[in-house]
Amino acid sequence: MAGPKIRPGKGPGGGPASALMPGEKAKDFKGTIKTLWRYLRPYRGRLIISSLATVFSVAFSVISPLILGKATDVVANSVLHNVPMDFTALIKLLVLLLIIYGLSSVFSALLGFVMAGISQRVSYRLRNELSEKLNRLPLEYFDKKTHGEILSRVTNDIDTVNTTLNQTLSQIVTSLITVVGILLLMIYISPLMTLIALITIPLSMFVIKMIVKRSQGHFRDNQMYLGEVNGHIEEMFTAHIVVKAFNGQEEAKRTFDELNGKLEKAGRKSQFYSGTMMPLINFVGNIGFVLVCIVGGYLAVNGRITIGSIQAFLQYIRTFNQPLMQLANIANVLQSTAAASERVFEVLNEEDEAPDSDTPEVILKENVKGDIVFDNVTFSYPLEEENRPPLMKNLSFSVKQGQRVAIVGPTGAGKTTIVKLLLRFYELKGGRILLDGVDIKDMKRGDLRSCFSMVLQDNWLFSGTVQENISYCCDTATKEDIKKAAKAAHIHHYIRTQPKGYKMVVQEDAGNLSAGQKQLLTLARAFLADSPILILDEATSSVDTRTEKNVQRAMAELMKGRTSFIIAHRLSTIVDADIILVMKDGDVIEKGTHKELLEANGFYKNLYDSQYK
Amino acid sequence: MAQIINEGIVKQNQSVIYETGILMLLLSFLVATIAITVSFLASNISAKGAARLRASIFSKVSSFDSGEMELFTTASLITRATNDVLQVQNASLMILRMGFFAPAMGIGALIMAIRTSHDLTWTIVITLVSLLFFVFLSVALSMPKFRMLQKLMDRINLIISERLKGMLVIRAFLREKREEERFEEANKALMNTNLFVNRLMSLMMPVMSLIMSYGSVLIVYAGSKLIDVNKLAVGDMMAFIQYATHVVMSFLFLTMFFIMLPRAMVSAQRINEVLKMDLMITDLPEPEQNHLPLDTKGEVRFEKASFRYPDAEENVLSNISFKASPNTFTAIVGGTGSGKSTLVNLLPRFHDLTGGKILIDGVDIKTLSRNNLRDLISFVPQKNLLMKGTVLSNVTYTATSIDSHKLEEAITISQSKEFVDQKAEGVESPINQGGTNVSGGQRQRLSIARALYKDAPIYIFDDSFSALDFQTEAALREAFIKAKKGKTVFVVAQRISTVKNANQIIVLDEGKISGIGTHKELLKTCSVYRELVSSQLEGEGGEADGRS
Repeated sequence: MAGPKIRPGKGPGGGPASALMPGEKAKDFKGTIKTLWRYLRPYRGRLIISSLATVFSVAFSVISPLILGKATDVVANSVLHNVPMDFTALIKLLVLLLIIYGLSSVFSALLGFVMAGISQRVSYRLRNELSEKLNRLPLEYFDKKTHGEILSRVTNDIDTVNTTLNQTLSQIVTSLITVVGILLLMIYISPLMTLIALITIPLSMFVIKMIVKRSQGHFRDNQMYLGEVNGHIEEMFTAHIVVKAFNGQEEAKRTFDELNGKLEKAGRKSQFYSGTMMPLINFVGNIGFVLVCIVGGYLAVNGRITIGSIQAFLQYIRTFNQPLMQLANIANVLQSTAAASERVFEVLNEEDEAPDSDTPEVILKENVKGDIVFDNVTFSYPLEEENRPPLMKNLSFSVKQGQRVAIVGPTGAGKTTIVKLLLRFYELKGGRILLDGVDIKDMKRGDLRSCFSMVLQDNWLFSGTVQENISYCCDTATKEDIKKAAKAAHIHHYIRTQPKGYKMVVQEDAGNLSAGQKQLLTLARAFLADSPILILDEATSSVDTRTEKNVQRAMAELMKGRTSFIIAHRLSTIVDADIILVMKDGDVIEKGTHKELLEANGFYKNLYDSQYK
Repeated sequence: MAQIINEGIVKQNQSVIYETGILMLLLSFLVATIAITVSFLASNISAKGAARLRASIFSKVSSFDSGEMELFTTASLITRATNDVLQVQNASLMILRMGFFAPAMGIGALIMAIRTSHDLTWTIVITLVSLLFFVFLSVALSMPKFRMLQKLMDRINLIISERLKGMLVIRAFLREKREEERFEEANKALMNTNLFVNRLMSLMMPVMSLIMSYGSVLIVYAGSKLIDVNKLAVGDMMAFIQYATHVVMSFLFLTMFFIMLPRAMVSAQRINEVLKMDLMITDLPEPEQNHLPLDTKGEVRFEKASFRYPDAEENVLSNISFKASPNTFTAIVGGTGSGKSTLVNLLPRFHDLTGGKILIDGVDIKTLSRNNLRDLISFVPQKNLLMKGTVLSNVTYTATSIDSHKLEEAITISQSKEFVDQKAEGVESPINQGGTNVSGGQRQRLSIARALYKDAPIYIFDDSFSALDFQTEAALREAFIKAKKGKTVFVVAQRISTVKNANQIIVLDEGKISGIGTHKELLKTCSVYRELVSSQLEGEGGEADGRS
């Protein structure tokens, strides 16, 4: 099933609840971080600037409560000692405060600004590198991985790297400096009160740990059941007609209710825990707060501490918890950054296609005749286990310029394999393939492929205009060339009748063109490419009568004078072919002309009889 | 706290300090208990609510037939049942947890602030107004960019998935460079928009905390003036700063609601559309009166049947009349859009007729319950939809017990035996969701096997041989005819070779019957059929005709 997979959103709660989510772990944390650093190194200068900005910003914001406290003292002094308020001193302090707040904000904004730039550029580079890598990877890589998996690395994983880079780097520095700075200032105000305040920290850490321990399982369950429920919904809605035709509604509902019940339970528990965290931490914090109030009050009464200092101290306690929790969470965040970037690097580190030969034989498309020889070709798909016999054993045949090769066989016999070998999408296990007498291994892949025009059935159009799609093979094509090709493919008239003509936009997966029209467009492309060798895949799918006729006429014209390989379903094509390759289970089991094969009375004869008796 | 300072420190009274301290402890304990209770209730309500919402959407969609599915589209229904429910759940959780708490805290703190010193209230107003102004300004600036970001991300997705699907084409036509450039262009646009948004966001926090800090400086300044003229106590001023912070925070929460709520509202509306949908097809009040047993003969008669989509201008099918008897093979052919598939979808009432009647053994299908009707029909849909499970669970779908003889037969007739046997686990081999781990042809054969296992008097194959090659199809047809005698069979097909041997072929052209008969009869009488045949057998005509 195509279509985007539904990703369960982040669980409700956010904030501290994210610490409850079990994080992913990278396989090689150190190595990944090292590689990631390679991408960050060009921005060393900026990283230093932003670190400095962080230091300043935090320093200023940490000092500010102390000065605010001093201001309070000035006010309190006048009350306590019944003297007139010292407004000049107060205003001086307040102005200083305004400046400090301002500077802190400016530096913090600078930090955000620089970090956003760095993380965006790094993810831009990662995305581009992935994009280029996709073109260098051997095709067998794509046999192993699903499209969704690769897609998710280009989008989701890089997104994770981006956000975490943006946040973690500045968070580590900010939290550390804040914690140290606050601690120092608290001790400076009153060592006794600091001691009391610190007692509550292990207590709140203990509370956090307890809750995290209890809730992680529920969060995991919640994500899992959410995935299952959504998967079931997707499946049942997609297969709706089958459910209906087989009266399967009740069965579907039973499964759904069971999963939904489990999800409800897991959801209730995980949300409860995430909702409990904050009140509990606040409560523990409040205990410390009250203790400090009492001790502070006692000290103030004895005149050992000023009111402003108590105020500053209370502000510090309030702000102390947050950076501490962030620090506790940083390990988690770093792990998930590493896990996401590791997945990206995994793709980037995959081995490329075997490089072209260093001393390639130069061939020019215009001079190629199109003689092809398969000489003892042996091949198997790399995914198969090592000791299995090769799929294709010692295949030899040759075709001369302008001849036709028909490839026939039952569904799943591997009829496109020969085509993929011809274009060197896969490497041979043994033997060689010669084009005009030259081993294709000795050519540049680009030169080789430019000699072929391919018309396959599926996934041949891109989002873009009709014109762009036809001229996909050659940028240099003029409008006249494109029209000529479209006329040759009998699609010119249809294009002209459409609202925007050649500028009509082909939609994603080409939903606005019928299957037959899509085929005609790809045929037009092949006409335009004008290559000496042709690869055709005859459609099995249905097309309306008129279009079908056009497709056949266009194919016949296209094949004139070109060496053609045809994955054939139509009897006329097969009978007229110069050589027929009969495939079964990945191997060519019979070859020859129609007459020869009928006389041989083998698999082909059987195939032929079953089809047309 | 104000009391500690005012009464305790200023007046040097230690017992006041302790008493107030204990009172504060008790209060914060109470607050924590209440907050945890609220969290308990909120998570219960939102989890239960979401579960119920999901269940009612699921039941509702289960009661839909093809008309409603086409109206909403499958993809949209999936989004509504998953993402939209999640949106609503998250919003409701947030409202339950904070929606009452934040305004209560805001108003409470505001009352306390005013009681502490109404002369200072204006400072809160100034801070709030400038904060709200800034928040709305940045939301207004960033919203359009956020929307653009989504589009750019979609574009990146589209390009990559096109490149993955079109890998062979790109490499065959040497278009690697151009595809890289196309991607880079989209990537650059994404980066630039992302930069703008992220930088705006990185400005937001510092500016907001700046406004709040300046607010407190303002309070100290204004407060000290009041204290100087003995209109305010020191402790009150400090308490006022705390209250002011609470008021501002709760307002910020509220603005967050107003940003998030519209999204949840849209989701809720989309869910409601599904739940409010009136069913297009319903059973008669007492359908049990007409009940056809499973061993009914299965003679099907269309009488002037016609169908038109609601709000459409023309009929898809008009005036269709024919009879299909047991032990016969009725083929339906025609060009694209001629209504072939719609015709066979009318029989299990996936759509209801808009004119005429369809009778099974003389009983109007509208008078049967849909469950009863569908029990009588084995249906192979156009799309080969398999479900997560095993080969076995797919083939025996909805069967109450497993009959190994019937299973073997279904797998053999559908030509699935060879590939199923090749699998290490045989019929217990796992099938992925959507059947993505078997090939298209195998999926089709299993989908046919599922219908064969059901064994009903009427069989419908809706273009179900398209992924099979001629040989496999021929073998399947032969085995089917041999094993399933006495059934009424409908086959929608594209290939003439599939239908050539049918007892009757119905040729559709633009929703009307343009000929009924055998292959030979139609070649003589029906020009549409002749055209269809010649288009497919052109060039091989001599061979094919000579042999038929």
